[in-house]
Amino acid sequence: MALLNDSIRAEVQKRFKELKDPVKIINFTQEIECQYCTETRRLMEEIAGLSDKLSLDVYDFVTDKDKAQKYNIDKIPATVIVGDKDYGVRFFGIPSGYEFVNVLESIVMVSKRESGLSAETKKKLATLKKPLHLQVFVTPT
Amino acid sequence: MQLAHQFAIENEKITADMVEAMEFPHLAQRYGVMGVPKTVANGKGVAEGALPEAYLLGNILALVEEDPES
Repeated sequence: MALLNDSIRAEVQKRFKELKDPVKIINFTQEIECQYCTETRRLMEEIAGLSDKLSLDVYDFVTDKDKAQKYNIDKIPATVIVGDKDYGVRFFGIPSGYEFVNVLESIVMVSKRESGLSAETKKKLATLKKPLHLQVFVTPT
Repeated sequence: MQLAHQFAIENEKITADMVEAMEFPHLAQRYGVMGVPKTVANGKGVAEGALPEAYLLGNILALVEEDPES
């Protein structure tokens, strides 16, 4: 059974009309899938199927160690949104509710190579000299 | 959460992770997550609750400036 119903699929397809450059969704799971690994992988399969600009790579956290290392994946389920480069957009755990919308918006922004931030914020962020790792804790909504 | 990902998209030095607290309770415990969304920058808490763009950025930059390690 599909995770996304017809009306949500239609909404997402409408949103994805804005996609510009190709985007790859990279999903990490494992052979014996963890509690939310199956749902996350299926969700990404369904999202990837909603636009021909999207593709999906599914890797095994255990056997595809090189890929996990490349994308700094230390836990699963993990999802990475990649465009012409790796923008550092990661989702650990299943993105549901607001975070489902966040996945869609991240895909659109990566595809357009535009963060949508204010000019002031962009200017301030440009002053950053060292790597910054942000982790935002959320709960299912 | 969206904002952190926007920051990451804007600046290649930034990586932004959504972490689902129920699935990774050890991490939520390590960073003392009592309410969500909670934002942690280079291992230190910088925001609880959803903050407007300028405030979240201000808190993050303040941490980066005061911490020579980050």
